[in-house]
Amino acid sequence: MLKNQKLLKTQQHKKNNAFEILSEELIFIILDFLEGDPLAKKSFSLVCKSFYFIESKHRRTLTPLRTDHLPALLNRYPSVTDLDLTLCPRVTDNSLALVAGAYGDALRRVDLSRSKFFGGSGLLRLAMNCCNLVELDLSNATAMRDGAVAAVARARNLEKLWLGRCKMVTDMGIGCVAVGCRKLRLICLKWCVGVGDLGVELIAIKCKELRTLDLSYLPITEKCLSSIFKLQHLEDLVLEGCYGIGDESLDDDVFKLGCKTLKKLDISGCQNISHIGLSKLTSISGSIEQLILADGSPVTLALADGLNKLSMLQSINLGGCLVTSSGLKAIGNLCISLKELSLSKCMGVTDEAISFLVSKHKDLRKLDITCCRKITDVSIASIANSCINLTSLRMESCTLVSREAFVLIGQKCQYLMELDLTDNEVDDEGLRSISRCSRLSSLKVGICLNITDRGLAYIGKCCSKLKELDLYRSTGITDLGIAAVCRGCPDLEMLNTAYCTSITDSSLFSLSKCSNLKTLEIRGCLLVTSIGLAAIAMNCKLLSRLDIKKCYNIDDSGMIPLAHFSQSLRQINLSYSSVTEVGLLSLAGISCLQSFTMLHLQGLVPGGLAAALLACGGLTKVKLHLSIRAQLPEPLIRHVEARGCVFEWRDKVFQAELDPKCWKLQLEDLIQ
Amino acid sequence: MDPKGSLYDNNWARTSSLTSPGNGLQTNLSSHPPSFYGAKIEAPFKQFNQISPTQGLLPGESNNDIKILDQENFALSDSSQITKLQDWDPSVMLNNLSFMEEKIHQLQDLVHLIVNKRCQPFGRPDELVTQEQQLVTADLTSIIVQLISTAGSLLPSVRHTLTNTSPSVGLLSQLRGNTFPFGSGPSSSGIRPQTTSGDKFFDQFTQNGVPKNCEVEQNCHIEEHETRDEDDAEEGENLPPGSYEILQLEKEEILAPHTHFCTICGKGFKRDANLRMHMRGHGDEYKTPAALAKPHKESGSEPRLIKRYSCPYAGCKRNKDHKKFQPLKTILCVKNHYKRTHCDKSYICSRCNTKRFSVLADLKTHEKHCGKDKWLCSCGTTFSRKDKLFGHMALFQGHTPAIPFDDTKGGPAGALDLEIKENNSKVGSMNFCFGSNPSSENGVQNMDVKGNIDDPTNYFSPLNLEGCNFGGFNEFAQPTFEDSEGSFSFLMSGSFNYAPKIAGETNSDNL
Repeated sequence: MLKNQKLLKTQQHKKNNAFEILSEELIFIILDFLEGDPLAKKSFSLVCKSFYFIESKHRRTLTPLRTDHLPALLNRYPSVTDLDLTLCPRVTDNSLALVAGAYGDALRRVDLSRSKFFGGSGLLRLAMNCCNLVELDLSNATAMRDGAVAAVARARNLEKLWLGRCKMVTDMGIGCVAVGCRKLRLICLKWCVGVGDLGVELIAIKCKELRTLDLSYLPITEKCLSSIFKLQHLEDLVLEGCYGIGDESLDDDVFKLGCKTLKKLDISGCQNISHIGLSKLTSISGSIEQLILADGSPVTLALADGLNKLSMLQSINLGGCLVTSSGLKAIGNLCISLKELSLSKCMGVTDEAISFLVSKHKDLRKLDITCCRKITDVSIASIANSCINLTSLRMESCTLVSREAFVLIGQKCQYLMELDLTDNEVDDEGLRSISRCSRLSSLKVGICLNITDRGLAYIGKCCSKLKELDLYRSTGITDLGIAAVCRGCPDLEMLNTAYCTSITDSSLFSLSKCSNLKTLEIRGCLLVTSIGLAAIAMNCKLLSRLDIKKCYNIDDSGMIPLAHFSQSLRQINLSYSSVTEVGLLSLAGISCLQSFTMLHLQGLVPGGLAAALLACGGLTKVKLHLSIRAQLPEPLIRHVEARGCVFEWRDKVFQAELDPKCWKLQLEDLIQ
Repeated sequence: MDPKGSLYDNNWARTSSLTSPGNGLQTNLSSHPPSFYGAKIEAPFKQFNQISPTQGLLPGESNNDIKILDQENFALSDSSQITKLQDWDPSVMLNNLSFMEEKIHQLQDLVHLIVNKRCQPFGRPDELVTQEQQLVTADLTSIIVQLISTAGSLLPSVRHTLTNTSPSVGLLSQLRGNTFPFGSGPSSSGIRPQTTSGDKFFDQFTQNGVPKNCEVEQNCHIEEHETRDEDDAEEGENLPPGSYEILQLEKEEILAPHTHFCTICGKGFKRDANLRMHMRGHGDEYKTPAALAKPHKESGSEPRLIKRYSCPYAGCKRNKDHKKFQPLKTILCVKNHYKRTHCDKSYICSRCNTKRFSVLADLKTHEKHCGKDKWLCSCGTTFSRKDKLFGHMALFQGHTPAIPFDDTKGGPAGALDLEIKENNSKVGSMNFCFGSNPSSENGVQNMDVKGNIDDPTNYFSPLNLEGCNFGGFNEFAQPTFEDSEGSFSFLMSGSFNYAPKIAGETNSDNL
């Protein structure tokens, strides 16, 4: 892309405005190819005035950093349909009024899920002026009241509405939405604890087009279910944590009409729904594909038998349930062929049951056996032999599985894309075998004390598509391993080498070649210095999350290049490092920095911190030690809070770093 | 055949009452086993009761039913003989005449009483005075009706036609014949009050059965009355016509306030139990367990005829002449139905000054909740319960919850100003759509006018809803949400009022 850019640029210089012969539509098509590369677009628009205007006209999605810039931005980008305000912590009614006035009917999507300070009148303006508003995300508007929701209800064409965590909203507000937004296809009411049966029922009665309904953690009972189950198009119903719904209250008649279209049902955490209730809920909905029963009632024979009616079932999540062998075997005997199964943290999963299960469901694509602590090599062998099509296997903390078993996984399951082996006995031979999975994009081998650079080198050699690598506390890893991986996996986006104490700047130098790196966590890498960080900063321009906690050798000289080059940085953890107010103040130059954590920064002066807080205009979250609070002027804290920033005051004691082996021993003590 | 019997009984009662006008003796005598004297003395008591016939039936309504049925048993045994004997008896005629004479005396007394009342100084609270006046007028009407009915019965021809046209009356009076306590024999003093209440009851029926037809003609309004009966419990009853007996109380009976009167001081009660409690104050003889006991029912072995009631209002669906007649189940139903449907709503809620009721109990129920109706719909209807509001909204298209003022807090006033400028024309109507403000008469009118001018959806104003306005009602059912634009005014008025200055202005405009 960038090459393309430069080419254009040079052409531009040679012939004055050669692009004039190209119609706008053609340039738009060219620009369409730049989608997903914000920097490329930026450089395009900076070429010349006409490019600038063309790019302005072309842009459909706008993600402003501050609402202060809104008037200018709205002027510059006239064709925007999607407005993402997640980077603006403070969005007032005036801002919304501006947006509504500028875009009017053109606006289709607005995301306010991370913003505060807007109210009813701004939303009313938005709803009134933008008749074609289709999606509105108001999640986390914890202070929003019914009046504001009533204003939203005037957006009559709204199809998707997220109201997660809008705790002050009651049935009355939801009632307004139900009556006003008749075209709703999706509504998320998760954690809207003020909404009960009445509001949900009215939604179900009025919004006949609903496809997706998220009612997680609402204090609802079975009363509203009859209306919900009359919805003719409902596909996705989430009832997570609805404790008010229980077996005995579920009436058979309710479900006779049934949502025949239901594809996904989530009743995780509904402990009062047993197999009887489940069979009632699913009695008519034969087209269910995905069933999430996590943290629910025990998986028994009866429950599994009830699933037999669901001929389209593809995915079952039993995470956290108590599981019986007979139940698992019955799931194995289901006449359908499962694609996804999660037994994460299930109590009572045995080798025998797993072996039987996988022998029946050979087409499994995703399997999660996290923390099934009783299973051994036997299970892994049958999984590997049966499910050769697995694309995702998560088996964190299957501690009884020996190192040989992992060799088998690599040999048989070559389509794996996601593999979580955290806290397992896997060793270099295992990794060598696993490196055959050439499509691997995510590998988590944290707390695997048996792996070394050699194993990692195999991975680096073969798994060129790797994007995520987690080496948390895998202390056998040194710079060599990292270098091998970085050489072989240029697409790496996430690397976690926390507490890999042997890591030095050399690792960071090799990592700096992975230009797509977005997340880097080098917690407790004591040998890493500012020089290594500077290399990362200069080359990994997309870096958005950085954790350098307990990197004692990183100081202000690391921060300055970071501030200069990493303009995408959103989140940084500086705890225990040697950064002072100089570094902090320079960080303020990163305009999209939203969150920083600074506990036990030895060299930090309150005045410097105050200046940094003032300078970083886009902060949404700051974690500081409680002792600092008294040293900061109260008006300053209030001012920063008024800009939309949340302070989290922590009172953690200073912790010296433990020896990694000792840490693992401590962990095992805790488990036992 | 029958009405004579009833008249005979009545007349007998009246005449006896003439012979014993004093009350003092009577109390002593009434504790005796039934004798001629006992019956005689009891008579004035009856008369008092006649003045206000049905109200007392409200609470102990089932008891009364049972009593009536008890009487029926007797009726079957010997009623026919008695009534036949009394056919065309000139002594009946005489009795009737003397009864009328007595009634005229009573009337005179009452008028005197009224004259005296007027002369009294105004020391007493108004409430008492008005209550008394109501009592007196009720008495007056009742006596006059009795007079008319008796006079009518003097004409032999009239009587015959009546018996033919209204079989229910015939039945009634037949029953009445048997309530005559003479030969019934072994009724102890404990049972006595029960039989007397039965007597009262039938007295009223028989008396009113006669003038009924005239009354109906007088009230002959042709307009169809769709009734709003709270006590329509029997709506789905579907008794085959004829499987039950239809009784029809007259307007005056229905409207009379009390049924149970103290024979000593004349104080009226709605409930017999209360009367019995009251009687204790008049002497120790009323304190015996037997006197205080609830008059127990005698279980009859005969199958009982189901009784249903007809509203005297011609054209009413509850009137037995209506094509789709739906009978009322109890006398209480009759009373409440008649008052609610055919009477003025004279009780006004002192809190909101808008809601009117014709049944005092309704007012009291309302006053309990008045002002607490916080569940408000955009159409202006308020509900005391949230689920009722949501049921309402589920039923009607475009009705949204109206969010109270304080919920729209939080917006800066600047944006609100904009809103106000834009929608200024609407403000007038909006401001008053909230029923929660105790809007004065002026304000309400003002609002309505404004609504008419610039808002076609003025049907949503509370005024129109108030009196079950069915024209406006249709308007609710409009299919599209757009049509109910006016409903949003509530939301917006909420935000307006947040800007205090502007809210003040609009208010002053309207007032």
